[in-house]
Amino acid sequence: MFGTHYNLERRSIRLVLAIIVAASIGGLVEIAPLFTIHETVEAAPDMRVYTPLELAGRNIYIREGCYACHSQMIRTLRDEVERYGSYSLAVESQYDHPMLWGSKRTGPDLARIGGKYSDQWQVAHLRNPRDVVPESVMPEYAFLARASLRVDDLPAHLAALKRLGVPYSDEMIANAASDAFGQASPDSDKASGVRARYGDATLVSLFDGDPRAVTEMDALVAYLQVLGRLTDVAHRQDDMGGSLE
Amino acid sequence: MVATMTIGERQVALAISIFVALCGVVLAAASGSDPLLVHGIIIVLAGVAGVFIILRDYYAPEPGPERLSRYYDEPIKAGIIAALAWAIVGMFIGDWVAWLLAYPDLTFDAAWSTFGRLRPIHTTGVIFGFGGNALIATSFHVMQRTSRARLPDQLTPWFVLAGYNLFCILAVTGYPMGITQSKEYAEPEWYADIWLVIVWVVYFVLYLRTLARRKEPHIYVANWYYLAFILVVAMLHIVNNLALPVSLGSAKSYSFFSGVQDAMVQWWYGHNAVAFFLTAGFLGMLYYYLPKRAGRPIYSYRMSIIGFWGITFFYVWVGSHHLHYTALPLWVQTLGMTFSVMLLVPSWIAAANALLTLNGAWHKVRDDATLRFMMVAAVLYGLSTFEGSFLAIRPVNSLSHYTDWTVAHVHAGTLGWNSMIIFGAIYYLVPQLWGRQRMYSAALVETHFWLAVAGLVVYVFAMWNSGITQGLMWRTYNESGTLAYSFVDSLVAMHPYYIARAIGGLMFLVATVIGVYNVWMTIRSVPAAEGRPVADQPASLPAGEAAAPARG
Ligand code: HEC
Ligand code: HEM
Ligand code: HEM
Repeated sequence: MFGTHYNLERRSIRLVLAIIVAASIGGLVEIAPLFTIHETVEAAPDMRVYTPLELAGRNIYIREGCYACHSQMIRTLRDEVERYGSYSLAVESQYDHPMLWGSKRTGPDLARIGGKYSDQWQVAHLRNPRDVVPESVMPEYAFLARASLRVDDLPAHLAALKRLGVPYSDEMIANAASDAFGQASPDSDKASGVRARYGDATLVSLFDGDPRAVTEMDALVAYLQVLGRLTDVAHRQDDMGGSLE
Repeated sequence: MVATMTIGERQVALAISIFVALCGVVLAAASGSDPLLVHGIIIVLAGVAGVFIILRDYYAPEPGPERLSRYYDEPIKAGIIAALAWAIVGMFIGDWVAWLLAYPDLTFDAAWSTFGRLRPIHTTGVIFGFGGNALIATSFHVMQRTSRARLPDQLTPWFVLAGYNLFCILAVTGYPMGITQSKEYAEPEWYADIWLVIVWVVYFVLYLRTLARRKEPHIYVANWYYLAFILVVAMLHIVNNLALPVSLGSAKSYSFFSGVQDAMVQWWYGHNAVAFFLTAGFLGMLYYYLPKRAGRPIYSYRMSIIGFWGITFFYVWVGSHHLHYTALPLWVQTLGMTFSVMLLVPSWIAAANALLTLNGAWHKVRDDATLRFMMVAAVLYGLSTFEGSFLAIRPVNSLSHYTDWTVAHVHAGTLGWNSMIIFGAIYYLVPQLWGRQRMYSAALVETHFWLAVAGLVVYVFAMWNSGITQGLMWRTYNESGTLAYSFVDSLVAMHPYYIARAIGGLMFLVATVIGVYNVWMTIRSVPAAEGRPVADQPASLPAGEAAAPARG
């Protein structure tokens, strides 16, 4: 064996090939089946896609690095389920390009934050977390309420996701900008289109409380409010008594 | 740098610089109101700077053929200086975000200065800026010395170094503007990623070209590690960064992968970035500089072989230990755990091989701080891999995951292993490369060493305490069977540890600044050494001592 190696290390190309082979096997065995084995992702026929406003909010979440402090993955452990809600299922992030499971909980898990607080609470908390939770170490995001949301490129965003397999319809893509406006403007004539396209359960709200403009704050809060609520398959899982440790 | 190139090389360099500038123009023009505009401009400026630097010395006399009787060390010097500059930037930001976790208001009321945007500047700055430049610089040194061959040309190494630093600059200027893919350790967006692929392929080819010119029949162990580092990082980088840009004029892209598949790809990447960037490449460093400085051959050739192939083969399986108890299928988690535990064997073989090399040279470790840096690095490598294998066990991970325990493990590795071996190598290299008799101050090397060790200990103990406290508080029940502590309770308990960590980090940062000052003064004011050591030149001549020859 060491004799063979003695020869191997005299030939750089062979050494390179050997390294490639050795370093490929593990990844292939673990990753390739995830794309083909059907059980990897549960079925959730009721699952909807992110609205344009929520998607914009998700991109703000990424831009601000919220994922550096917040996870979105409730593990199958009893204390986590009691603290944060039913454990996360693979299907719940099937439209997340990329996923935001996170690796650090400087703040609490957010996988099921949607609906836990009112819009007003979320806005006040984001403006200055210490107004609401004095011990908090979360940064202030008051600037989001001052920044108006860019909507003109939303159709391109939806179209890109569609090419990657997220089931956006052509109608959704064409109306992306107006739907983003409509979701944050309940009194406008554009609001009804959002519900028509994304379902009656879609939260249409003033979010930051200011009807004059659609801001980045609106988008982020819309996103937070939908977390964990794109499908209720996880709650049905509870009844089936999933396996906790 | 330009004066050492041939005229032909200067022309190619000029063409490349102009091409880079044009790419920047295209991006900037396509960008509209997108933040991509700023990056377009930065790329243009980089190209224009290249043009200026080349034109300044364009008509300098060409280097004569006598250059071929020397190693090409100029890019190594530049790489070391870049590494040190990034060390200061990266660690400064690291300590800033450390203080932010204790006192969140120590910042500006501006988007760019929030924790979430600063943190990746720290990780990219230290890993890719500091670590990456040190890897590239030392690999240029090691590949020439162990092959007894000069780099094949004068242009490619500069392209690799400058191109790589352009990538790092695009990365860290992007985060404050909000440009990020959010994938940990792979945050830069698509255009920066494509650029890195080009640079990396050139780097790989450069390595092979140098090896092809070698005068030693055997490729020394350090080179196996550097090769594995370059190759596997290329594989990881390309796959994990597959993404569809929203448009040519948009910095934003969407990953090809989503959900659970994306999680697995990301942590296959993420852990192998640890394995092949922070481990394999650095083992290359360890296997060259430690035997050199100790003046002893590597302890065992066989241990080198087993360690190397074990690490190369096992590591790739372990990424899923970042996803225990998640929605990832259980069989993948189990595989990840099993291989993580097995990985301890080759890891410890590699560490033991380095430490046993010091047998018979322990008196040198006592007297020579530079060698002590390398010894501590090997010890901390052993400790952090032990800790890693432990953390990968599912029940342990159920406590440690999401907590500061991970951060403790990370910094035991990066401060104790990566930083220590880099500084050891730098203290070895600087007097040699700049032809100085010695470092400016041996006392300052000692000071750097002890302050860094103290900072490391404070940092890691603080994070162990906070991590385990956090993990336990989250899962403690009171008698009535409900959770005993709210999340905010655990937050309050962290506060003293966050202050301690920030102080430990500050000590490490100050130690680094002392090191940089010492290097600076060495270059500026230490008298030149007399003549070059005879052995330190490429072999066309009868081989002198080969680099740390192995024994069986
Ligand atoms: C420095 C780390 C940090 C960053 C970055 C951060 N947070 Fe937080 N977050 C916390 C902490 C700590 C808490 C718990 C204390 C509190 O409620 O403020 C928290 C709490 C929250 C909560 C309330 C959770 C609950 O269940 O009570 C929400 C919602 C939230 N953050 C959203 C965000 C969003 C959105 C971002 C990005 C714009 C963000 N956070 C960025 C640390 C952070
Ligand atoms: C001056 C010394 C340093 C200080 C004060 C420091 C501080 C920090 C802080 C505060 C964090 C964020 C932790 C959190 O989110 O809770 C962090 C993360 C990190 N640092 Fe450092 N750091 C230092 C040096 C380094 C070095 C030299 C490296 C690498 C070579 C490094 C690599 C990392 C990595 C990889 C992470 C991410 C960890 C994770 O996501 O789990 N750090 N550091
Ligand atoms: C045998 C070797 C090793 C094993 C098995 C191992 C295992 C682990 C485990 C289990 C985690 C925690 C994952 C989680 O719960 O999220 C982790 C995190 C980490 N380790 Fe290691 N480790 C090893 C060596 C190292 C070394 C030598 C370094 C650095 C030089 C390192 C750097 C990191 C980093 C940066 C992370 C944080 C990733 C993140 O969450 O952002 N590891 N490692």
